[in-house]
Order: sequence, then C-alpha cells, then structure tokens
Amino acid sequence: MVPLLDPLLIVALTLNFVALGVSRIRGVINAVALQGVLLGILALFVHPAIGTRVILLVAVTVGLKGFVIPRYLVHALREANIQDEVKPGVGSFMGSLSLGAVGTGLAMVFSDTLPLAEQHKHLLLVPASLATVWTGFLMLTTRKRAIMQVLGYLLLENGIFMFGLLLLEATPFLVEVGILLDLFTGVFVMAIIIHHISREFASTSTEHLTELKG
Amino acid sequence: MTLALILVPLVAAALVFAVPANRWRPWLMPVASLGHSILVVFALQGPPVRALGGWLVLDPLGKIFLGFVSVLFFICSIYTARYLNLGHERPNRIFCVCFLLSLSMMTLVILSHHLGLMWVGMEATTLAMAPNIYFYHTPRSLEATWKYLLICSVGIAMALFGLFFLAYATLHTSLEPTLLLDDLVQHAPELSHPWLRAAFVLVLVGFGTKMGLAPMHTWLPDAHGEAPAPVSAMLSGALLPCAFLAILRVFHICNAAGEGAFSREIMVVLGLFSMAIGAIFMTGQRDLKRLLAYSSVEHMGILVFGIGIGGLAVFGALLHVLNNGLTKVALFLSAGNIQSAYGSRSTEDVSGAIRRLPITGTLFLAGFFAITGSPPFGPFLSEFTIVNAALGRDQFLAGALFLLLLAIVFIGMGSTIIPVVQGDPPEAAAQPGFRDGFLTSAPILVSLALVLLLGVYIPPPLESLLREAAAFLEVKR
Repeated sequence: MVPLLDPLLIVALTLNFVALGVSRIRGVINAVALQGVLLGILALFVHPAIGTRVILLVAVTVGLKGFVIPRYLVHALREANIQDEVKPGVGSFMGSLSLGAVGTGLAMVFSDTLPLAEQHKHLLLVPASLATVWTGFLMLTTRKRAIMQVLGYLLLENGIFMFGLLLLEATPFLVEVGILLDLFTGVFVMAIIIHHISREFASTSTEHLTELKG
Repeated sequence: MTLALILVPLVAAALVFAVPANRWRPWLMPVASLGHSILVVFALQGPPVRALGGWLVLDPLGKIFLGFVSVLFFICSIYTARYLNLGHERPNRIFCVCFLLSLSMMTLVILSHHLGLMWVGMEATTLAMAPNIYFYHTPRSLEATWKYLLICSVGIAMALFGLFFLAYATLHTSLEPTLLLDDLVQHAPELSHPWLRAAFVLVLVGFGTKMGLAPMHTWLPDAHGEAPAPVSAMLSGALLPCAFLAILRVFHICNAAGEGAFSREIMVVLGLFSMAIGAIFMTGQRDLKRLLAYSSVEHMGILVFGIGIGGLAVFGALLHVLNNGLTKVALFLSAGNIQSAYGSRSTEDVSGAIRRLPITGTLFLAGFFAITGSPPFGPFLSEFTIVNAALGRDQFLAGALFLLLLAIVFIGMGSTIIPVVQGDPPEAAAQPGFRDGFLTSAPILVSLALVLLLGVYIPPPLESLLREAAAFLEVKR
C-alpha cells in the first residue's frame, strides 16, 4: 500500500514500549495520546479514496484520542492530587518491557499464520494491532494505579482501532463516532470514580479495593 | 415509531434532569416507563418495524426481549420511585437520569441489526448503570463500581474486536465488509470460517463478561451486592439478558454459516461451568444479595447451556430469560425490603423475615422455590424443557450434570434462605421502622404472579412468539 504506512506503525509500536517503560504517569498519557493521533492519521493512508467521511473521522479521532481524553486525564491527575509516579505492581519496568517485547514478537509470528485477505498479507497493521492489544492487557494487569488501568484500557482500544482501520467500510461514520463517544464517556466516568477513590482512600492504588470477596 | 421507542426514555431522561424536586422526580420514571410499554404494545402488534435503512429492525427475537425488558422496567420503576423516597434526602437526579438512559440504550441494543450500533448501545448501558451502582457512595460500592466499569469495559472492548473479526470474515466473499446482521446471515455460508470462529469466541468472551458467565463473572457479585436493590434487579433481570441477546446475534450468524456445532459445544461447556461456579459460591454464602448474584451466574449458565443443546432447548432457554428475569426481580426487591428492615443483608443478622415482614418474607420464600426450579413456577417448566431436550438429543452426560448442579444449587441456596425466612427476628430488628407497604410489595407480588402464570399457562401469543424466535435462530439451510 502506501510507503509511509509501515514507518508510522513502527512509531506506534515504539510508543507501546514507551508507555510500558516511562516512570511518570504524564509520560504514559502523552505516549498513549500520540499513538491516538498517529492512528487518526493512519486512516488517511489506509484509505486511498479520501472523502469527507474519512477526513471527519480523522478529525474526531485525533481530537478525542489525541487531545480531549489526555487533557482530561491530566486534569483528573491534578484534581485527585495523584503522585506522578507509575509504580509497577508485578516485577519491574524491565519485567513488563520484556513481556511486551515477547508479546510483540509473538504477534508478528502469529499474524503470519492468519488467513488474511490478499491485500493485507504484508501489512504491519494486523501484528501492530495484536501487539498493542497485548500491551494494553499487560498494563491493565500489572499496574496498580487506577489511572494506569484506564491508560491500559485506552491502549487496548487503540489496538482494536488499528484492526478496525482495515474495515472502515463496515463501520459507518455514525457507528465509528458512537464508539469514540462511548470511549470518551467511559474514560470520563472512570476519572470521576478515580476522583472518589482518591478522596476515600487518600490514594489511587487499587490495592485498597479488596474488601469484596467470596 | 421505532425511533420513538428509543427516544421516549431518552427525552424522559432529559425531563427528569430538569425537575428540581427530589421528592417528585422518581415518579416520572414509572410514567416514562408506562409510555415505553404502550409503544412496545403497538410495535408488537403493528406492521413490521424497520428504520434507518435496516439498521433497526424488530425481529421475533427482539420482540420477546423488548416486551420483557419493558414490563420488567415498569415493575422495577414503581418500586424504585418508592425506594428512593425512603432514602429521603439523598439526591436522586443522576440516579433517575441514568435509570431512564439505560432503558433507552437497552432498547437500542434490542432493535439494532447493525452490530456496530448494537455494540455502541451495549457499552452505553454499561456506562449508564455505573453511577447507580455507586449510589450509596460507600467505600464498598466504590470498589464494586470500579471493578464493574473496568472489567465490563475491557470485556466489551474484546467483543468489539470480535465484531471486527466478523466483518473481516466478509472480505473473503463478494460482499463489501459489513456488520449488518441481515447481510451477514444471508451470506453466512460464504464467510471465512476461521475468522468467524475467532469472532464467535471473542464475542462470547466479551459479551459473556457483561452477561456474567464464569470465569468472566468476577465483577458481578460485587456490583449486585453493593448496588441499591432495584438496580441489582434491573442488572440481573434485564441487562444481563441483553448481553445474552448480543451473543445470540453472532451465534445466529455462526449457525447460518454451518458453524453451529462448533459454537454449541463451547456454549454447553461454558454454561455448565457457570452453573458450577454459581453452585459453589452459593453454598455457605452469608450475604443475601451476593447469594442472588451467584444465582444469576448460574442462570446465565442455564441460558447458554440451553442454546448450546439446541432444538427444543432453544425454546426453553428463551422462556427461561423471562422466568429468570421476573423471579430475580422478585428476589432482589424482597432482599431490598429485608435489608431496609434489618439494616443488614448478612445471614448472621437476618432471621425470621416472615414474622418481621410477613408479605416480603413469604414472597422471598416463594421466590426461592421458583428460582430453584420447583413446580408449579415458570423456571421449572423452562429448565425441564431444556433438560428434556438434552436427553432427547442424546446429550446424557450434559443433561445429568445439569440436573446434578441444579440439585446442589437447591440445597446450597436453601440452607441460606430457609434460616433467613424462618425463626424469630433478632431483638435489634424488632423495633418499628420499615414495614411492608403497598408500593414496596405489589411489584414483587406482580412479578411472582407472572412467574407462576408462566409455569401453568403460557398465553398462546407468547408461545407462538417464542416458537417463532426459536425457529428464527435455528436457520435451516
């Protein structure tokens, strides 16, 4: 397809590692936001026929994923008075980075075995999507901070969005915007809950949320 | 007409937001809900409902779910209005808005024949319910809301991945990539089978998380336990079945593509596993509402098990959606009354419910017998139909395990519920306070009466609707 596509995807993949390795929450927010902007721009390259629909979609995606959501998260970070430190739960940064690397490698190998359509055979889009979903899960499970789990959810969603780029015809503009709106509302509600968590427990670590069992 | 079904609760939500009086605001919910029900009656009888160029269609399956959700919502809204007034000064604006929003979004999920749109509705119901679980602003409800929000959102995101896989399966056909249900079913045999299988698994895991199937159910007991009683009732009776409907949509495509056997096998195993997890955690459970929550896990297992068995069991499973939903509403609302009277929902503090609250206590006991499948209540009939179909289709092992798990559940649940209902109330709860009232017991009575009715007599229009829906799912090629 377009020569610029793969380099952009490699940048997006690198951002996965930045998100896993950076020690400040703001750094993670920025990495996820930048990835969101890249995804929006990718839509332009994947689709040769650029109409108003694609341009609108790019605008909404870049606006929400790149600016509105990250701004809002930074705001929540400040409001909730959260220490700007990631604190990985299981193992260390090295641990999650190596798990991320292994997952990304496996995603590459695995995508080769997938029965992809002819036009998608040599595209980096599918492995990049799987690797990003994996990174999202990694962040969701190994980070204790509630806000980091939200960022993990956003990475997961970014990964799914990458796969969705192959199928823009299947998801009409209205649905695409609906999905993005749900994502934003989700993050919005999550941030409110985080605010309450920090007020209730004077910390945003989900380690305090262990009251309910059995 | 079709759009009105979605818009009426949506507009009502906006109106409710504008009402300043905390005391009167909740009463707008039954009014809006009644309006919704009237529209549903027209939609069920009138000409085929279709809008937005085939994106919204009321098919036989949708008719059952829509009618059911509307009735359930009306029953719950009356109780809720009274319940919120008992809560006195606690602001209820957001609660009422979210309650109505969830009705609107559930209607959207049921009507959607565009699976992307259905996904949007499903995620929206999740978000709309979250503030209501956190209604009491306690640390425990905070924890429950966080788990609910994060686990369900991630689950539903996986379902989106699954839906994209489904759309990808069309790339191997002459079809443009699409997520329109009708096109997908029509061209199902041409779809790429590996992608279709992967899509089904992801959708089952994703929406299964929302539906509360084990092992993805971990959010469910917490959310059901900590939410106000009517919210638990709505979650359990209406919202979980909506996620079930979403799974059925993709199952429908798999079935049409000739992948029925593959998806059925998974569903039988997952169904039995959910029933087992429900049974294990119900035994010795000391929290009344968590007990009912695990019962929901069990019954969601029964639903997918029924679909997995196929044939007559599909009819049984669809009937069980109604039976389980109505019984769960009765049980959760009674548990709400018990909690109001005793100030606790732990079995250590609650005993002699029949003496303390004669009506609620009796209905709670009746509800227990109903949900565990005792005749003459509805769940007996639907569970019997499912097991009968399993044996009739030579699935002896599955049928036997199903019966064994039902027996364990009966004993496990009974050992908790009987002491709660029988005996003498503790001193502390004897003081006057909450008493049975018309508005707090009539909704329970009505839903149990319906469950009893479904057990002895299924009205012919409902029966033909159920048959039509079962036939609709079991596409013959």
